[in-house]
Amino acid sequence: MIKFLLRRIGFEMPLSLLTIITITFFLIRLAPGGPFSAEKNVAPEVLKELEKHYGLDKPLGVQYLRYLGQAVRGNLGPSLKYPGRDVSDLIREAFPVSLELGVYALLIALVLGITAGVLAASRAGTWCDYLVMSVSMAGICIPSFVLGPLLVLVFGLLLGWLPVAGWSSPLDRILPSITLGLVYTAYIARMMRGSMLEVLVQDFIKTARAKGLSEGTILFRHALRGALPPVVSFLGPAAAGLISGSFVIETIFSIPGLGRYFVAAAFNRDYAMILGTVAFYAVVIMVFNMLVDILLVALDPRLRSRRA
Amino acid sequence: MRRFVRNRAAVVSTLFLAVMLLLSLLAPFLSPYAYDVQDLATGAVFSNGAHWLGTDILGRDLFTRILYGGRVSFAVGICATFVSVVIGVSWGAVAGWIGGRTDAVMMRFVDIVYAFPFTIFVIILMVFFNRSLLLLFLAIGAVEWLTMARIVRGQVLALRKREFIEAAIGAGLSHPYIIVRHILPNIAGPVVVYATLTIPSVMLLEAFLSFLGLGVQPPASSWGILIREGAESMEAYPWLLLYPGILLSATLFSLNFIGDGLRDAVDPRSAKE
Repeated sequence: MIKFLLRRIGFEMPLSLLTIITITFFLIRLAPGGPFSAEKNVAPEVLKELEKHYGLDKPLGVQYLRYLGQAVRGNLGPSLKYPGRDVSDLIREAFPVSLELGVYALLIALVLGITAGVLAASRAGTWCDYLVMSVSMAGICIPSFVLGPLLVLVFGLLLGWLPVAGWSSPLDRILPSITLGLVYTAYIARMMRGSMLEVLVQDFIKTARAKGLSEGTILFRHALRGALPPVVSFLGPAAAGLISGSFVIETIFSIPGLGRYFVAAAFNRDYAMILGTVAFYAVVIMVFNMLVDILLVALDPRLRSRRA
Repeated sequence: MRRFVRNRAAVVSTLFLAVMLLLSLLAPFLSPYAYDVQDLATGAVFSNGAHWLGTDILGRDLFTRILYGGRVSFAVGICATFVSVVIGVSWGAVAGWIGGRTDAVMMRFVDIVYAFPFTIFVIILMVFFNRSLLLLFLAIGAVEWLTMARIVRGQVLALRKREFIEAAIGAGLSHPYIIVRHILPNIAGPVVVYATLTIPSVMLLEAFLSFLGLGVQPPASSWGILIREGAESMEAYPWLLLYPGILLSATLFSLNFIGDGLRDAVDPRSAKE
């Protein structure tokens, strides 16, 4: 296990990160247009000065190596669109907001999804099962950018119960978190039901029943642990999806998070900001996936010998 | 086939999709309005005899715009899925066929990419290069092939050990020939099923990009654009959000039902799960 982790941290993660930074760097630099081409009234001399200031006048290879050299030391360079601000500062400011949103969404998805999935599996074939399955199908098929505005319309504008945008009061958190989390609630519920059904026919469940344990104890203490691994493995892709989702959700609800910064940076061709955000997301995702793998091993001791 | 027909949700979905496809294809002949002609005097009105689904704030007929948007959405759905099938099947078939170290490296690559939010790259591509439909197909196809590659690899690994493949190798046929003539026809079932399930996720991604303003460019119409425009003016004119939203969701529903129905028909064992 430790060997496996060391290999991950020492070899695979830096390699993936380098690949991602390299692809992104050349992708955005080889494209036509630049960060200052949107402002039409820039005199050529000013443009030259600007490019010189940010080091954009040097050969591409030199810029690339210099960027890597800085990035290794944790310096992601100055933003091209927010003069005087460092990319690292902007990320430090915006990421906690996105993180909070993501954590709420993931909590909603896990708690609701697992509960609904377990209930559906234990009552397979009844109305409860059908209800969970059809609601979750709807959750998968209604895109968040349709659901979000609809929730705003109903709970914000028509009923006036919840604020429609912003990120200052606790109430502001409710609608965006639900909108972001609902798709994953649906996926997790369906997945949980499927793997629960497989576990429930196994012998150790029969043993538990024979011992006269209560249904709740059997479901949540005995069966749940065996049925969790597929859901836990799904958390990796889910986290990636939450990041993509945050681009839209933060735009809809005007939340000052990293997702909105990234979309704005892409539109503005803010090279440093794009690269910095992509690299940062990559690290977040890799660390998260490693935690998921550790959790999987903790849940299923059989993996311990196989992985190492 | 009979198993598929017995699945009522799948049949209804097929009918619904067929109607939507037909309406979208025939849009220029069906609708008396042009999708981009504004009628500011009319403004936004609710459903009525002249405009079945009402008009948007610029007085454009929503029914017409939805049909034209449908053409884009379906075109992206089909073309991008095609791209993803080509990449996914080639990748999976090569990995599964060669096996060993190559397979391990190729599939590890898929694992790593799978965990990364690749919409980021689609967004970058769409911003930095010409926002053409072709790029949209390629960009979306290039991020949606991973699951296909996994499925195909699994199938190929299993097929490789079968006698008729060993016989083909023994007969001295070239490996590319065996893959194309003997392997691919045998994995067509799962590939078709999964391709059907890829279409909705591809259409969803297109709508997602258009919603952010990165997909198809106005005044052209796509369901993502309509939903964004609807969301902007939903307080006064909720139907502008409701109609395209319902339609997109219904289409995604149908495609998922058809995919599930096909899967159960091709592989009856999975139906029991």
